[in-house]
Amino acid sequence: MKILVCISHVPDTTSKINFTDNNTKFDSNGVQFIIGPYDDYALARAVELKEASGASVTVLNVGLGDTEPTLRKALAIGADDAVRVNAEPADSFFVAKQIAEHARSVGYDLILMGRESIDYNGGAVHGIVGELLGIPSVSPVMKLDIEGTKAKLAREIEGGKEYLEVNLPFVAGCQEPIAEWKIPNMRGIMSARTKPLKVVEPVAVDSGIKLRQFELPPPKGAVKMIPADNVQELVSLLKSEAKVL
Amino acid sequence: MNILVFVESADGKVKKNSLEAVAYAHAMGGNVTAIALGNVDKADLGSLGTYGAKKVLHAADAKLNQGIIQAYASVIAKAFQDENADVLVLADSSLGTPVAARIAAKLDASLASNVVALPDTTAGFVVKRSIFTGKAFARVELTKPKKVIGIKKNAAVVSQVGSPCAVTPYAVPLAETDFATTITSSEKATGEVLLPEANIVVSGGRGMKGPEHWGMLEELAKTLHAATGCSKPVSDMGWRPHHEHVGQTGVKVAPQLYIAVGISGAIQHLAGVNSSKCIVVINKDPEAPFFKAADYGIVGDAFDILPKLNEAIKAAR
Ligand SMILES: Cc1cc2nc3c(=O)[nH]c(=O)nc-3n(C[C@H](O)[C@H](O)[C@H](O)COP(=O)(O)OP(=O)(O)OC[C@H]3O[C@@H](n4cnc5c(N)ncnc54)[C@H](O)[C@@H]3O)c2cc1C
Ligand SMILES: Cc1cc2nc3c(=O)[nH]c(=O)nc-3n(C[C@H](O)[C@H](O)[C@H](O)COP(=O)(O)OP(=O)(O)OC[C@H]3O[C@@H](n4cnc5c(N)ncnc54)[C@H](O)[C@@H]3O)c2cc1C
Repeated sequence: MKILVCISHVPDTTSKINFTDNNTKFDSNGVQFIIGPYDDYALARAVELKEASGASVTVLNVGLGDTEPTLRKALAIGADDAVRVNAEPADSFFVAKQIAEHARSVGYDLILMGRESIDYNGGAVHGIVGELLGIPSVSPVMKLDIEGTKAKLAREIEGGKEYLEVNLPFVAGCQEPIAEWKIPNMRGIMSARTKPLKVVEPVAVDSGIKLRQFELPPPKGAVKMIPADNVQELVSLLKSEAKVL
Repeated sequence: MNILVFVESADGKVKKNSLEAVAYAHAMGGNVTAIALGNVDKADLGSLGTYGAKKVLHAADAKLNQGIIQAYASVIAKAFQDENADVLVLADSSLGTPVAARIAAKLDASLASNVVALPDTTAGFVVKRSIFTGKAFARVELTKPKKVIGIKKNAAVVSQVGSPCAVTPYAVPLAETDFATTITSSEKATGEVLLPEANIVVSGGRGMKGPEHWGMLEELAKTLHAATGCSKPVSDMGWRPHHEHVGQTGVKVAPQLYIAVGISGAIQHLAGVNSSKCIVVINKDPEAPFFKAADYGIVGDAFDILPKLNEAIKAAR
């Protein structure tokens, strides 16, 4: 079985977000980049499937050269080889088109990604890839088991979950608790250095989105502290001041 | 401008977030058609006229009773073309967001999810969307002639602007290939307020010490008609079901009031609550980072404060 895992290279979840150039560019100064947390779940599940049944795991990122350490980390976690599509990820459609192009040329049985990126939060790439390849897409997937040519999935819905069955190949947007995040060990890190990382050029896509400007939310006002023995005051503030009761 | 709105339903009833989608489309101005799929109450559909729909298409085929992403995308994309629509509006959800992606790909449309306000059409078609999990916004221009917009909770105000409208059956040929996924069963909390839609959320963290203490939070939630939420470790440890986990990797909520009890306020938790109108934090540690993100705070023991707060709210109502 051939598994493709799509990896986004995103600011660490603790990053402070800032913009430069009159709020038109993301300020990556001092920002640590990580594998998208949802993509990390997808990768962990792929590596589990590999360990259980001998699947091969390829990781792919659409990004410029600075994303290679992130791909190497995915290799250290257990992927066999990596592909970087050498382009700035312009929008969901652009990224999906590159993934679909690569997937078509190889022919994967399973394409795993995160339910959404944590930079743009599109929640779209899996659906678009599914559509471009003409195969099912399911998201957000919290459980995935393969039985022969069939998969059994659980998908989170508002207030519960839904169990599904689907034949391979398909695309899944993953989230917890599909697997536990894996931390690379020393052997993984060593072997990642020599695992193949192929760089391919992008296909042309006309993007449907143009950034005008970024914006930060207004700063939060100061917190009003209320003594623990006076919850009545809290209730009256919630009623008369915040007007939320 | 012709606007199509995908109206989601649960248990045969139109979902609240879909009313916001209809209201959003109406506020954009233009000709609003709603489409609903599967088994949905007719009167409920007709009442969409009250919120701004001119007409409602109902694809009632029983095969559409379940929300199959591929099939829904095909039916809605077909309706988009039949209605000569320019824009599709829907509410972001576990079904709406993935369906929107496939539709945008089918129609070669510009796509924006997590939209928080009405489009600005003074020059081009510009929407404001939430990015970096609520930590920032981006104004993006949707440049293609066809557009698909997924809205976040509170992007529009639901108000009565008209009267009930006609519901027209919408018959479409369904392709077998669109039903490659089958939903075998589902589990759903019933009778409770759903977390993503709730106006008030009462949420507990590791400071609640164990699942046996959740009764206190549930009591308060009941008094407030609130949904219950939790931090990630709480769902990781199985104290609460996963769908109650709030934050960066869980549900993003946008209630009027978020009450956090025994949650430290890690940045990943805050990412899921920063769209709340008002935040109350109860924590025994005065240095807990959550206080910096709160509107009101109480330093104290949750087990002491929760019952008192519950009584005080009951008394004030
Ligand atoms: C206005 C704007 C401008 C941007 N400009 C830039 C920029 O200049 N440079 C830049 O690097 N990014 C930029 N981004 C981010 C970039 O556009 C997104 O990473 C990309 O659009 C995919 O995001 P998504 O939210 O649609 O993905 P989603 O649909 O939310 O992602 C789902 C899954 O798809 C996979 N995936 C997502 N992105 C990639 C990827 N790049 N490679 C492989 N798999 C992926 C992951 O598994 C992810 O979990 C920008 C974002 C915004 C808001
Ligand atoms: C990539 C990534 C993604 C993550 N995503 C999420 C996410 O989506 N959601 C999320 O919640 N976390 C997430 N986390 C985890 C996050 O970093 C924190 O570890 C987590 O939020 C802490 O949960 P907590 O506040 O319940 O527990 P703790 O940090 O242990 O805090 C417990 C709090 O309870 C207080 N307390 C103890 N006893 C009492 C008492 N009797 N009365 C009142 N207060 C009391 C303590 O003072 C303390 O502040 C993520 C982490 C990573 C790395």
